[in-house]
Amino acid sequence: MRIELVKRPERSQLFAAFSPFIALGLTLIAGAIMFTVLGKDPVEALYYYFIDPLREVWSLHELAVKAAPLILIAVGLSICFLSNNWNIGAEGQFIMGAIAGSILPVMFPEFQSWIVLPLMLLMGIAGGAAYGAIPAYLKVRFNTNEILTSLMLVYVAQLFLDWMVRGPWRNPEGMNFPETRTFSPSAVLPEIWSASGRANWGFVFAIVAAVALWFMLSRTLRGFEVQVLGQSPRAGKFAGFSQSRMVFFAFLVAGGLAGLAGISEVSGAIGQLRPTISPGYGFAAIIVAFLGRLNPLGIIAAGLVLALSYLGGEAAQISIGVSDKVVRAFQGMLLFFVLACDTLILYRVRFVGSSAAKTVEATQNV
Amino acid sequence: MDTTPLANGRNLLEVRGLTKIFGTLKACDQVDLTIAKGEIHALLGENGAGKSTLVKMLFGSLEPNAGEIHWNGQPARITSPGVAKKLGIGMVFQHFSLFEALTAAENIALSLADDTPISTIAAKARALSYSYGLPLDPESLVGDLSVGERQRIEIIRCLLQTPDLIILDEPTSVLTPQEADKLFETLERLRAEGKSILYISHRLDEVRRLCDSATIMRHGKVVGHCNPRLETPSSLARMMVGTEVKNAERTTAAVRGEELLSICGMSRKPAGPFSMPLKNIWLSVAGGEVIGIAGVAGNGQGELFEAISGEALQESADAIRIRGKSAGRMGISARRLLGAAFVPEERLGHGAAPRMRLSENLLLSRHTTDGKVFVGTGGMVKSGAIQKAAQRIITAMDVRKSAPDPEAAALSGGNLQKFIIGRELDRNPAVMVVNQPTWGVDAGAAARIRQALIELARAGSAVLVISQDLDELFEISDSIAVMHNGELSKPIPIAEATLERIGLLMGGAEPGHLDPAKEVA
Repeated sequence: MRIELVKRPERSQLFAAFSPFIALGLTLIAGAIMFTVLGKDPVEALYYYFIDPLREVWSLHELAVKAAPLILIAVGLSICFLSNNWNIGAEGQFIMGAIAGSILPVMFPEFQSWIVLPLMLLMGIAGGAAYGAIPAYLKVRFNTNEILTSLMLVYVAQLFLDWMVRGPWRNPEGMNFPETRTFSPSAVLPEIWSASGRANWGFVFAIVAAVALWFMLSRTLRGFEVQVLGQSPRAGKFAGFSQSRMVFFAFLVAGGLAGLAGISEVSGAIGQLRPTISPGYGFAAIIVAFLGRLNPLGIIAAGLVLALSYLGGEAAQISIGVSDKVVRAFQGMLLFFVLACDTLILYRVRFVGSSAAKTVEATQNV
Repeated sequence: MDTTPLANGRNLLEVRGLTKIFGTLKACDQVDLTIAKGEIHALLGENGAGKSTLVKMLFGSLEPNAGEIHWNGQPARITSPGVAKKLGIGMVFQHFSLFEALTAAENIALSLADDTPISTIAAKARALSYSYGLPLDPESLVGDLSVGERQRIEIIRCLLQTPDLIILDEPTSVLTPQEADKLFETLERLRAEGKSILYISHRLDEVRRLCDSATIMRHGKVVGHCNPRLETPSSLARMMVGTEVKNAERTTAAVRGEELLSICGMSRKPAGPFSMPLKNIWLSVAGGEVIGIAGVAGNGQGELFEAISGEALQESADAIRIRGKSAGRMGISARRLLGAAFVPEERLGHGAAPRMRLSENLLLSRHTTDGKVFVGTGGMVKSGAIQKAAQRIITAMDVRKSAPDPEAAALSGGNLQKFIIGRELDRNPAVMVVNQPTWGVDAGAAARIRQALIELARAGSAVLVISQDLDELFEISDSIAVMHNGELSKPIPIAEATLERIGLLMGGAEPGHLDPAKEVA
């Protein structure tokens, strides 16, 4: 007996809706197996991982803190992926946005005014967008593969940040720790509701960005252009849409939002630049984008799920003593299962019995 | 219709009552076919007549619902292409399945399911190719080869399996006349060696020249067997098309209105390694007339269409004028705003986005021209107005579909083409440029599309039709120009145009300078 994939005549709406849930279920099963192999009680481990972090208000705030950058980056990436631009470099755009946005509080700490924060955010957006424009330009001008260029630029950004905080931007009063000076209060993104937890305005930005991009994608000509150029470039050209301009548009939007996420994270959650400012948000956001079906509203939900996996990882590390690498393993499995389950939208599984194989052999003997 | 007895030893393949049903459509209905050893047998029929379905059943890609196949007098069940190859049936497809980044020899090795080293295969392929007069370098990359050379790889690949029956699906549709002649020599040699060939085509001349017998299909049924050499093209065409499809009615030659589209000395460098340059093209289309452009596939028609539509820009703004305005440097949207409309050859992926709904595909070509109606302030798409317009087009062109607003890919070729043409007609364009208006479209839809194009012209628009289908051009055009090797002949008024004269130009007789005295009688 063998298993075959048979192409469906048209997309299955049922599986398009359920594939993320099937993927989540399969991830939980695989996770349980993984914990069992590690010698932990799988039920207890999954409880600490996925339920425990949701039980208290302060940890819901933490969820929002983690989800904000994921959602911001992922909605930008959805524009890229829908228009067939494979921007894998959001992590780098995040870092560059954080660096550009930190220019004012690090270099001009005396400049304190209500305008500092809006300027920081705008500079963060500009920094991320400018960094995203590099792979876009390379793709349009030299036809380079944007997967490679955007990915490699991540490492450039990471090392540049590392050098900045150890070198020129190191805090002169910081006991030689590789950190910038802490931001003055006027450069800190305020908390939404500081009485109960740490969640800052970054989460609000994320929701606003998601709703705005959802509106653009589903209701405007620009959204139509994104989808046509992504699905059939030639039809897009026939429609009079420009492929090159779309490459820039997608990378600038995604880079700008990643940059906004970067400066929001630094200004709201960390308060200074350090050698590492992201636990891989830029990469995890790729999972978020696909788990959310590249739909900005779906991405809000998917961002919360992935944020939970970060929180759960920390909780499980503390309470049952598993490695923090388990988080990456979970995220990897989730992406794997999401992409695998998406096959079911266009294909159905058919089991071919051994009887069919026999008839083939029989006729060959004619 | 002769019915030879089943166990006749001379017959290689006998098919009786073969039927294939897709849903409610009988793609093949009780088809009989007999191929003798050492003959070239033509399978004639219009697009959608069921030729491809029949051939796919013979090659094992499709399983018949009923009927029997006898191979060398023995009943056979062909359940897969592998079985067909084992029996001795080889096939050369219309659309090649070659990897461009691999060499010819590697491509051949991929299809031979054994471990023969590539060097052996290359040597064999080289020997075989020269012995059949199809020179081929097995070491060359497929990406560097012309379409004709790629077809040679497919043929060599097929011959290496020493088949007794070779099926060729529309082999000359991608060839120049010279390449076609070479192919015919090869096929005649194969026949002399006792091999049988099933030759699928709708080109009557080559069938009459090459084939010993013919089976003609229409609407899934066999409507006749004949010896093509004893028939005339018109008698064959009558059998193929039947009498129930009436030709489009062309009212008497229109009064030539003012010039709406003119191409003035346009040249274009080849865009890619395999595309044709355009050389100094002059053409003028006036309101009220239909001008047809004939030519063998790949002689620059696609490049010409892209240049006129604005998907490719010209170097000089004056190279193309639409309604008197220089449009050479304008993009496709700006040219549409001047009143031009375009229908490309490829429906899925060029004229329409396959996975988008019909209403969304309406927006595809009309978002600028009908900007006020379909797009509101801030780029908001007005889906209500678009839905209404889509329904209007669907009704006007009689587009048959299974859902209220289906994805373009879910429609049959003919119905999608009716929608795409209707989308442009709905605008009442002053200039309409259509590439292959009825390619792969069933006869009924084709007649409707042709009629619509004539009516558009008679209402005062300029219509330019690029087509490989000469019968179609003779049916609707007021004059016909011929494209060959990137050059365009002078348009010949329909009253003076004969099949022979156009055919000569398609074969490369000097464009524009055809002396009527030189015409072949």
